[in-house]
Amino acid sequence: MATLSPTVSLKYPKTRGGGGAGAPPISGGGDGDGRAGGSSPNYGQRLRRARLGLAVGLTPVIMLFVSFTSAYIVRQGLPTLDLRTNTYIHDWLPVNLPWVLLMVNTVVLLVSSVTMELSRRQITRQAALAPVQSIPGVSLGEERTVPWLGITVVLGLGFLVGQWLAWQELASRGFYLATSASSSFVYLLTGMHAIHLAGGILALLYVAITSLLRRPVEVRRIAVDITAWYWHFMALLWIYIFALLEIAR
Amino acid sequence: MASTQVVHAHAAPQGFIRKYVFSLDHKVIGLQYYFLALIAVFVGMALSLLMRIHMVYPTANLPFFGEIKPETYLMFLTMHGTIMVFFVLTTAPQSGFGNYFLPIQIGAPDMAFPTLNMLSFWTTFVAFVVLIAAFFVGAPLHGWTGYAPLSAVPSAGPGEGLGADLWITSIAIFCAASLMGALNFITTVLDLRAKGMSMMRMPLTCWAWFITAILGLLAFGVLLAAGILLLMDRNLGTSFFVPGGLNFTGQTAFPPGGFSPSSTPIKHSGGSPLLWQHLFWFFGHPEVYIAIVPGMGVTSQLLSTFSRKPIFGYKAMVYAMLAIGLLGFVVWGHHMFMSGMSPYSAFAFSIMTMAIGVPSAIKTFNWLGTIHRGRVRFTAPMLFAIGFVSLFVSGGLSGPFLAQPVLDIPLHDTYFVVGHFHLIMGVAAIFGIFAGTYYWFPKMFGRMMNETLARWHFFITLVGTYAIFMPMHYLGMAGQTRRYSEFTQVAYQMKLVPLQKFVTYAAIVTISGQLIFLFNLFWTMAKGRKATDNPWEATTLEWTTATPPPHDNFAGRTPVVNHGPYEYSVPGASRDYVMQTDPATATAH
Repeated sequence: MATLSPTVSLKYPKTRGGGGAGAPPISGGGDGDGRAGGSSPNYGQRLRRARLGLAVGLTPVIMLFVSFTSAYIVRQGLPTLDLRTNTYIHDWLPVNLPWVLLMVNTVVLLVSSVTMELSRRQITRQAALAPVQSIPGVSLGEERTVPWLGITVVLGLGFLVGQWLAWQELASRGFYLATSASSSFVYLLTGMHAIHLAGGILALLYVAITSLLRRPVEVRRIAVDITAWYWHFMALLWIYIFALLEIAR
Repeated sequence: MASTQVVHAHAAPQGFIRKYVFSLDHKVIGLQYYFLALIAVFVGMALSLLMRIHMVYPTANLPFFGEIKPETYLMFLTMHGTIMVFFVLTTAPQSGFGNYFLPIQIGAPDMAFPTLNMLSFWTTFVAFVVLIAAFFVGAPLHGWTGYAPLSAVPSAGPGEGLGADLWITSIAIFCAASLMGALNFITTVLDLRAKGMSMMRMPLTCWAWFITAILGLLAFGVLLAAGILLLMDRNLGTSFFVPGGLNFTGQTAFPPGGFSPSSTPIKHSGGSPLLWQHLFWFFGHPEVYIAIVPGMGVTSQLLSTFSRKPIFGYKAMVYAMLAIGLLGFVVWGHHMFMSGMSPYSAFAFSIMTMAIGVPSAIKTFNWLGTIHRGRVRFTAPMLFAIGFVSLFVSGGLSGPFLAQPVLDIPLHDTYFVVGHFHLIMGVAAIFGIFAGTYYWFPKMFGRMMNETLARWHFFITLVGTYAIFMPMHYLGMAGQTRRYSEFTQVAYQMKLVPLQKFVTYAAIVTISGQLIFLFNLFWTMAKGRKATDNPWEATTLEWTTATPPPHDNFAGRTPVVNHGPYEYSVPGASRDYVMQTDPATATAH
């Protein structure tokens, strides 16, 4: 994953990156207000570590959906015993997805991925400029800030509502969770994706709370950064699921 | 993701709760895992004792339990397997020792994500509590493998209702916890190694924990997927694993004359029980290696340390472990030869399975090569490491038999398989845990465990486990079926009951022998002889720091590594061992 190598060089001096300088403070609280006193944590290192952790953490998510996919394909080709005739039949009922609605949802999710990326770049810039702005008397002028993060949350929620409408549509056509194997898989795959996306929304809300608590911009920046990569992954995953359900019906 | 915790930028916590309960310190978390496994192993062992007694004295009135019914036997079987595999063999060697010693051995102040680490332990704890709760509502009958449709239909038998739901929930929670742990281990190894600690300078224990974490990361997601599908089949009416036309009476106890089919089949159709087996064993086989690979790491470490020789073939050991891990993902079908799979795919799985013999043999010969002509110090940890090799060979040699479908089909549902997997996966891994306990106890608690008691414990356990599991191979070949709650009513199996009785007596003696270990453990904690910082004259980083290690492991120092992990008896060096942090000039000769 080439995207995971840090592309943004931080303006913070990397005083703690080297061999002997990484000694953590042993006594005294470095936790709360100690940052001004030169004991600032190495945010570059923390960001790299968080990104690495995310890359590792996405692996089981991939494995989860690989398992569902293999179960999907196996079940699709599996003949089942028909009790009335006592013969093996193929009972796979193709599900006609609400195509238009899902396309709208896809567009909403892709746009949210773009706003998420803008939000990530915005906070990266803010984090880079923070030390300059903290210098008394220095002003960078009023920058017109678009609340990309809030827009992303709204779009994400919009996607979830859209998915819920799609499930309603399927149900109105008589496809419930237990109707047939194919409909079970449709609900399973879309539902598991929705749960994962909801996790991303929770992460963004966590960022909003840290923003209210006036945590340093770098802390928020790391959270936004890894949530952004997670969010892009969720968009890709959705396209994969949509394609699977459409192509391998 | 709240995984951006500052690594030890805070002072050591002072309050009891933050220090010992919800601690962020990897050492405390490691001990929490270890003691959870210790509780679990005694629960699991008590269950095996009850099963063994019931098997040969089916009408005996046991205290608390009275006469054990066949379905109770199967509940014990399920809980014994689940507790032992998940909460002992996965928890103690990987999460317990790994958490405690991985960061110290690579020279890090803590794990990469301490908050996640704490969360992972407490999630495991919740999983254990949920599993134990299944006892009180009637534990399921389906064994630790949870084969559908028995596990997928609540009316399939006693304990398959709420008990099975709790069982699956516990497994799913455990998956989540293990995934958090694996994430932390991998990130820590990749990102937190001290200066000079290249991957190929890591002790083999660290390699073992790293490879185990990768296996867990890839395997537990699949089990989680299977568990979600199973829960949906059970509670939401889907048919992933449940085929059509099944009849269940809905009775909650076995009627004396057997079940009579009900007139209305359950409302499922088209599911495939084999799909569960494929998903389960895709997880299940790597899980076997998750249990044994950390033991291999500890054994390699100890054989080198106590033979005062470098490990024979360090790189070969690393690549062999990687090969075992890789092959572990392509052999799951060998658990399913009985399922009527195509002989062609059975052949492919069989070849792959036998290929595992190659890296396993490389490891075994390297272990023997390490001891060969060494100045062996027969301390308690060394004895258990040698015992590990012995059990690994004895249990491993029956593997190639079972890897062949033509032999597996008659042997699969017999005691031959029980003997095989208990020796290699159960007892060998437990010996790895014992070896690790005796070896690292002085570092963890600052006191030396009693050698005499440890020797008694070793010989009772070694002879005892062989006495339990070796006869099982013979029992299996003679046709003794596994999973039966009793044999005294089956004519052709009655002849084997005397040997089963011998196994039961051996089990009673061996289990009693574990009380010596328990006594030694707690007595030493309180009254044992004080240990020096490096009592075994070992080379790795945990022996360079104080005993027990301070909150940030190295008391503010940042270790710089100049040497490989196994530099013993280096010619020209002043001592017979060179610590990893010794100045580089120590090996200039």
